[in-house]
Amino acid sequence: MTVEQVAVLGVGMHPWGKWGRNFVEYGVAAARDALADAGIDWRDVGFVAGADTMRNGYPGYVAGATFAQALGWTGIPVTSAYGACASGVMAIEAARQRILSGLCDVALVVGADTTPKGFLKPNSGDRQDDPDWLRFRLLGATNPTYFALYARRRIDLYGATLEDFANVKVKNSRHGLNNPYARYRKEVGVDDVMASPMVASPLRLLDICATSDGGAAIVLTSMDYARRHLGESAGSSESLVRVASISTVTPTFPNTIIEMPNFATDSAAGLPVPDNSFKQAIGAAAYEQAGIGPDDVDVAEVYDLSTALELDWYEDLGFCGPGEAEKMLRDGATTLGGRLPVNPSGGLACFGEAVPAQALAQVCELTWQLRGQAEGRQAEGARVGITANQGLFGHGSSVILTR
Amino acid sequence: MPTDGSDEAPRLIGTRCSDSGTYFFPPERVMSRAPGFADSELVDVELSTRGRLWSYTDANYQPPEPYIPVTDPHVPFAIAAVELDQERLVVMGQVVAGVAVDDLTVGMEMELVLDTLYTEADPESVGDEIEYVIWKWRPIESGTTAESDGSTTNGGE
Repeated sequence: MTVEQVAVLGVGMHPWGKWGRNFVEYGVAAARDALADAGIDWRDVGFVAGADTMRNGYPGYVAGATFAQALGWTGIPVTSAYGACASGVMAIEAARQRILSGLCDVALVVGADTTPKGFLKPNSGDRQDDPDWLRFRLLGATNPTYFALYARRRIDLYGATLEDFANVKVKNSRHGLNNPYARYRKEVGVDDVMASPMVASPLRLLDICATSDGGAAIVLTSMDYARRHLGESAGSSESLVRVASISTVTPTFPNTIIEMPNFATDSAAGLPVPDNSFKQAIGAAAYEQAGIGPDDVDVAEVYDLSTALELDWYEDLGFCGPGEAEKMLRDGATTLGGRLPVNPSGGLACFGEAVPAQALAQVCELTWQLRGQAEGRQAEGARVGITANQGLFGHGSSVILTR
Repeated sequence: MPTDGSDEAPRLIGTRCSDSGTYFFPPERVMSRAPGFADSELVDVELSTRGRLWSYTDANYQPPEPYIPVTDPHVPFAIAAVELDQERLVVMGQVVAGVAVDDLTVGMEMELVLDTLYTEADPESVGDEIEYVIWKWRPIESGTTAESDGSTTNGGE
């Protein structure tokens, strides 16, 4: 079931950091860069999709209208999306549908946030009907608790070592050294990771991503519009990056993997467990819609909320079999220069997470990779890229880009 | 969880979807979440008190609110995710004090116990405290059998 493609005509980002300014500023900077990259005037945009900021696990500020107003009201229709870590891709999907249904030729997608320090925590008050509140009150279970449960299984079931986890950080820190949008641009060694404090065994502070401020934006257009537009300008459609598929699937019952913010899973005692776990299903839906498979992928941006989670993604996206991710890492296959570089941007290890912007940042990076513009971190000759992420409340997303 | 002070072993209360045979914890009472079984009856059941360790970790830093600190300074505690034998669902819980991650391995047998979550001053009786209890997990030491509480490994209904 392949679908009609749309073009990624422009991308832009505001550097990640801890700037402490209003999220609108980051989003507007990213949007203006994306419009300039596309060579499109704001007044020619026909739709804005915003990814809402995240506050305590739930949607914060409404994004679509906020960015439309900040860029100057033009009467443009807007939408706002919230899907935790997948918010940005939900916004891309809204924009794609608008274009493919013929309602507009050009859509702008924007996500940005200013993130508080420390552990992400739930809303205040007595919220006994909120699973995100209950897990903190009853168990003291933070987000790293869940990352650590997954990481521990890699050790006990597959023989992963703390050095393996640390080497994900080492790889990503090298990848991000030359990325002007990355917050952390410093080489990190295995010893540095090992010397950092234990947060949630087996994960140490440098195994777990920080939270950051940042903004990212994407200009999507119909393929016809892109060809006309590029025909008129100096650019060539040779390097035109397209959205081949978008996956925003939810889990299938019974979901037997413990996931934020729940403190219990579905039961496997009644109905059969689905062939694909939730994370596997996120990628599988993207592959199916694009009509390609893992062997076709040249480069990937995956959500390394923790170092060990990046390894889970290698398997869940079909880059290797279960328990083989550590070997893939050790062999250098996922390092720039290897057969399938993962997180050439430096990943969350170098960025920290700016929730509504992060899934968009993954798409921005792959666009630069596929155009051959990722200076200092280029996956040579990449033509197919995949993004993947997963967050709270059964949200996840994957986008496949091709050129 | 019933806490009637009797000698009965503590049991988590869940619900069972009569037609699909699936279980829910925390208990679903409105409708079965098993797709296609919306009209199936949901019956309260006592869940197994034993299961196998799916995974585990610890909290080396004091969790943020609404977690209520029980010691000052924070003392790290372990957290376990245990797959119940019969219901085949995973329930997370703190691990009892004195058991650290080094004492645990994926797949080992665990059992449910009642323990203090936190205490606070009783606003209606000066000097008294109200104790809030919670389920926690404890490894079953090899060689020991089920305690004399009448429960079996598979527990259940």
